[in-house]
Amino acid sequence: MLHAYAQAFALVFDPYVLTVILCSALFGLFVGCIPGLTATMATALLVPITFFMPPVPAVAAIVTATAMAIFSGDIPGALLRIPGTPASAAYTDEAYAMTKKGQAEIALGAGLVFSAIGGLFGTAVMMTSAPALAEIALQFSDFEYFWMVVLGLAGAVFIGNSSVLKASISLLLGLLVACIGLDNPAGHPRFTFGNAELTGGVSLIPMMVGMFAVSEILRYMVHMEPPLKLATEHIGNVFKGMWRLLKKYPWPLVRGSVLGTIIGIQPGSGADMAAWMSYAMAKKFSKEPEKFGTGHVEGIVEAGAANNSALAGAWIPALVFGIPGDSITAIAIGVLYLKGMNPGPTLFINNPQNIYAIFLVFVLANLIMLPLGWLTIKLAKNVLRLSRDILMPTILLFCIVGSFAINNTVFGVALILVFGLLAFVLEENGFPVAPAILGVVLGQMMEENFIKSMIKSDGDPSLFFTRPIAMGLAISTFIILLWPVFGWAWRKLRTA
Amino acid sequence: MKTIFKVAALIAALVAGSAQAQYPNRPVQLIVPWGAGGGTDATARIIGALLEKELKQPFNVVNRTGGSGVVGHDAIARAPADGYTLGLITVEIAMMHHVGLTALKPTDYTPIGLMNADPSGINVRTDAPYKSVKDLLTAIKANPGKFKASGTGQGGIWHLAIAGLLKDQGIDPGALPWVPSQGAAPGLQDLVSGGVEVVPCSIPEARAMIDAGKVRPLAIMDANPPALYPKLPTLKAELGTDWQIAAWRVIAAPKGIPADVQKTLGAALKKVYDSSEYKEFMAKQGYGTVWADSDGAAKFMAAADANLGAALKAVGLAK
Repeated sequence: MLHAYAQAFALVFDPYVLTVILCSALFGLFVGCIPGLTATMATALLVPITFFMPPVPAVAAIVTATAMAIFSGDIPGALLRIPGTPASAAYTDEAYAMTKKGQAEIALGAGLVFSAIGGLFGTAVMMTSAPALAEIALQFSDFEYFWMVVLGLAGAVFIGNSSVLKASISLLLGLLVACIGLDNPAGHPRFTFGNAELTGGVSLIPMMVGMFAVSEILRYMVHMEPPLKLATEHIGNVFKGMWRLLKKYPWPLVRGSVLGTIIGIQPGSGADMAAWMSYAMAKKFSKEPEKFGTGHVEGIVEAGAANNSALAGAWIPALVFGIPGDSITAIAIGVLYLKGMNPGPTLFINNPQNIYAIFLVFVLANLIMLPLGWLTIKLAKNVLRLSRDILMPTILLFCIVGSFAINNTVFGVALILVFGLLAFVLEENGFPVAPAILGVVLGQMMEENFIKSMIKSDGDPSLFFTRPIAMGLAISTFIILLWPVFGWAWRKLRTA
Repeated sequence: MKTIFKVAALIAALVAGSAQAQYPNRPVQLIVPWGAGGGTDATARIIGALLEKELKQPFNVVNRTGGSGVVGHDAIARAPADGYTLGLITVEIAMMHHVGLTALKPTDYTPIGLMNADPSGINVRTDAPYKSVKDLLTAIKANPGKFKASGTGQGGIWHLAIAGLLKDQGIDPGALPWVPSQGAAPGLQDLVSGGVEVVPCSIPEARAMIDAGKVRPLAIMDANPPALYPKLPTLKAELGTDWQIAAWRVIAAPKGIPADVQKTLGAALKKVYDSSEYKEFMAKQGYGTVWADSDGAAKFMAAADANLGAALKAVGLAK
């Protein structure tokens, strides 16, 4: 094993491979920053280039670019309230609120440092126990997935500060939007009105860009207030205070990393779901939940670590069984085959130096994220110096280009405008938009897993409660859902 | 003044002449109706890269996903018929209109060439007691509704593959309820976790699980065993039936592109198909290669359309 690691070191610390890692890191940082361009797209764009590379640099390019993209998605989220990738959407509002309070460097620094730590954690898990964990992940069935999704949705209602009623309405709106289209278990078109574009449903990216960014532009135009004054004229050292945060929030960091890795390993759920669930969990377990949504760094620590650890987790089933843990590894598996590194247990036995080289690339990618991310933040902060009168139209332009690029159709542009307007009306009336977005992220998964479970059990719902893991998840869900009722009853009893 | 006009006319004539003489003189868009990372996407990207080498213009692969392929197929059919928008259309185009999901049919395109076909396999868990496809069918017949199958969406190609086989063998297709999934990978995962008992899907899709010793293929719905597993029996050998089904991919243009453009594309595509790069790429991934030129592909699709339509009706999936 030591010998194989020595060989792997030689494979990775080769000038060509290091150059590839550096270039793909810069590429990933750039893609992540642009709203509408996702980590998945960064991978797809890299595939034709990897045709011409040996196996290790080919995989290194993908690993590095995606890790960078998931982190740098935080930057426009914090500075402009436009999440660069869906994985940053969970805590965009929080980070933006911090920027407004003049704490942009803490928000971005926490995103950077804890992304790197989360990524390293996921890598460590992968290095030590990939085969065993992949074996366990395969035991998860639709019943368990269903409860995981419900757990995620239950958490959504408690995200942010507004009333549970308004958050629930927003969530239901999101679930309704998730119903549109043909991609449902019955394969039956719903709410499509005979329109071919609508059969594809509402894609998440245009909706997200519309609800966060376009609504913000509308609000600026209506109120004409300069919300980002003085307080954010400069961004200080992003690493300042990180040690203090690390000491203050060790548990959120560990929880986020563990949860992120677990969600990443599950096929079909990736970094975005990890971020949402761990943000909700951070609030649930926080000593100061009332501060969430007002610019409080705790949720960013936990969710920032979670989405990067999910990236590494997703590679576990991909390497061991060729089953993608998320859409990024789905593409990466194709590249592995192409390079003769066929996924499967034999990968670990026949040519272990290759797989160890991939592990080392993960470590390296998360380490160089610190200096490169610092540089990107330095450059990006200039955005805040721009006059809002120039900045806002430019953002709108970026939104339009990004939403067009996601599926190369003007339909995406129409979507951002519709959802921008909708979000503006919702927020002016005190409805949070984050639950609506989560509804779209998880709505389809929930329906699919429910229908599949019911078909498998011949319509018998008791299996949702009798399988051991499913029962555990079900109990947690009910506790979260009924917690306010218990609290209310307790107060009643005491006053009575 | 006159000279200016003359020069202008000359330039115009040159530009027009060159535009006609050498298609393509600007980048070409290659639409893929499925997501980045899937088999169709990978196939389109290698074809695009090789066409670029042949015709010296960029071939940009564009994913138009959603609606189980409806959105992308629709975009290809509606694009301007000038040869600057092509698409990789898939077997679904010969299925969806029978089910009433779209009005589009294979005849709404100008096929340029058939590039690939992947026949369906029948996979079970490695520890399953059935030794052959015959054992499996006997078990299904004896316990209708007890076993479940998965591997694609409701009414998708692999669903039809197994339902058609059951019908062909005189077993009610309802005896093996279908669990819709987002594709073969989640279906196979479900198979291993014990959620379903059968996954019919193509060999490259199941390859990693077969090599990992988690999944065992029983038979292939094709005339010959696949190159990856030459010992895998055909249905003909096991059951004596001619039931065959495959997912295929055709490079196509919108209907009515100029004849000379079609000719240029057809010749270039044939070269791509014959290239060692294409063969090697497909073989490494485990994808099957089949070639038919424009006329051949049109005939092939018409036959597939009739067969799939009849099968969809027989198993009760057609509207």
